[in-house]
Amino acid sequence: MAIRLRLDKPWQPLTAEAATRLPGQLGVYQVADAKGTIIYIGQAGARSPFGLRSELQREASARGPGHQFRVEVNQQYRTRWFELLMVHKADHGSLPVDNAKNPPPALGRLSPA
Amino acid sequence: MDFEPNSEQQMLIDQVRRYVREEIIPLEAKLDPDASELDPTDQARLVEKTKAMGLYGIDIPKEFGGPDIDIVTRVLLAIEMAQHRAGLYVPCYGTFGGAGLAQIFEANEDQKERYLYPTLRGEKKPFFGLTEPSGGSDPARAIQTRAERKDNGWVLNGAKIFISGADRAQYGIVFARTDASKGRAGITCFIVDAETPGFHVRRVVHTLRSSSYATELEFKDCWVSDHQILGEVNKGFAVANDRLTRQRIPYAAGCIGVAIAAHEMAVEWAKMRSTFGEKLANRQAIQWMLVDNEIDIRTARHFTLEAAEKARRGLPFRTEAAIAKLTASEGGGRVVDRSMQIHGGMGMTKDLPLERWYREMRIRRVGEGPSEVQRMVIAREILGSNLR
Ligand SMILES: Cc1cc2nc3c(=O)[nH]c(=O)nc-3n(C[C@H](O)[C@H](O)[C@H](O)COP(=O)(O)OP(=O)(O)OC[C@H]3O[C@@H](n4cnc5c(N)ncnc54)[C@H](O)[C@@H]3O)c2cc1C
Repeated sequence: MAIRLRLDKPWQPLTAEAATRLPGQLGVYQVADAKGTIIYIGQAGARSPFGLRSELQREASARGPGHQFRVEVNQQYRTRWFELLMVHKADHGSLPVDNAKNPPPALGRLSPA
Repeated sequence: MDFEPNSEQQMLIDQVRRYVREEIIPLEAKLDPDASELDPTDQARLVEKTKAMGLYGIDIPKEFGGPDIDIVTRVLLAIEMAQHRAGLYVPCYGTFGGAGLAQIFEANEDQKERYLYPTLRGEKKPFFGLTEPSGGSDPARAIQTRAERKDNGWVLNGAKIFISGADRAQYGIVFARTDASKGRAGITCFIVDAETPGFHVRRVVHTLRSSSYATELEFKDCWVSDHQILGEVNKGFAVANDRLTRQRIPYAAGCIGVAIAAHEMAVEWAKMRSTFGEKLANRQAIQWMLVDNEIDIRTARHFTLEAAEKARRGLPFRTEAAIAKLTASEGGGRVVDRSMQIHGGMGMTKDLPLERWYREMRIRRVGEGPSEVQRMVIAREILGSNLR
């Protein structure tokens, strides 16, 4: 059976405290604005000192209040990250605004059924 | 047969070895452990370097502008190019250029203009669409994608799975059944542009190779003209088979390169690490693992060079290529596994390349014809003729 394509967990407020409670594992995450519009899809790769926790702590301090996040623990953070970007592009016609500023050099195209 | 490199080959080997150690490994140390791509500026700089070395497009035949290096030498160099973290699937991050798909060299002139030359110039990327949900090791029977005649062309309907790179490709070669009554003689090979209506990359297929994914494709009333047939109608299976046989030799060479790199790391670690008051290298249990590594590597190297030498001389090499692929992928897996064991906990971490090699090497026993299929090929030769 195919794994779930889109992240559909509930959003949580992006705060330093919430980020501190995250596991130190590898994975992917999304950041949304207050209305729930996804503005960034990120990955916590093996060079992050504490995986998702480090990445979301960094996001919380860089972005400030008024943002939300959700995470997925995933050892295959790289291919899952590419997949989430492609699915977002297929769903919305473009990358999330902050990914579009620095898109990956060779993003493929998906047309999910 | 003597497989010791001659002086010219040794010079090239030394050159590529230096390139891997001085250019690739230092850059790799800064990348994510699962990365498959260099930063574009590093990529461009290194391509210039391999061009200056006269080795760019190493796998491209001379008549198409390649540097005219024979297959035995190419195997020796492929063994070197694989000796870094990403080396099994993206040797030197593609900085030696690629030759695209072997089949596309069999294209007609018009197709060469539209597909082969742009691919060799790096402007187009292809995918290879053979495997289907119904099976990949026996494609002659398993292929269910149909191509039906319509309006001076063909309408494709069906699905493919595990197809690498299809989401980033500009075109692919796709095998479809054009005559249901004829088995393997009823399959045709089509070139399909990624922009063709009815061609869909439906999903990413995540595998152990978490550095890059495979994809699942759907063809839904996908019309292609007669000009998109590669070779002849109902003769596509020969095209597929030929490619798979030829691919097995460099495929084996990559496994050997990674096995050598893992083994060298294990030897170094065993000489350095002490337990219970003695170096690991002084323990017979560890020495035997290193001996078994050495034997697996030498065996695979011998058989791979034997297959390459037969191919170089224009002799049949189907069985030799199967033996090479089998010994290199299975032996390579054992070498990486033992090398991880010798490293203990460190061997399991993403700090070292061993865990990536372990995962990727496992795929090599299935990709490009699984071990069981290689054994079938070898058995056919044994049973069909006298043992030499
Ligand atoms: C990461 C990855 C990338 C890939 N990329 C591509 C690609 O780009 N293009 C493409 O076309 N395919 C690709 N493949 C598919 C690959 O070639 C197939 O997985 C392979 O050929 C095996 O087919 P299957 O998975 O359907 O196994 P099956 O054919 O279902 O076989 C299952 C198992 O049974 C064994 N078996 C089969 N017949 C026998 C027998 N007679 N006796 C004993 N054992 C038998 C097989 O060896 C195998 O181990 C890729 C696969 C992977 C994992």
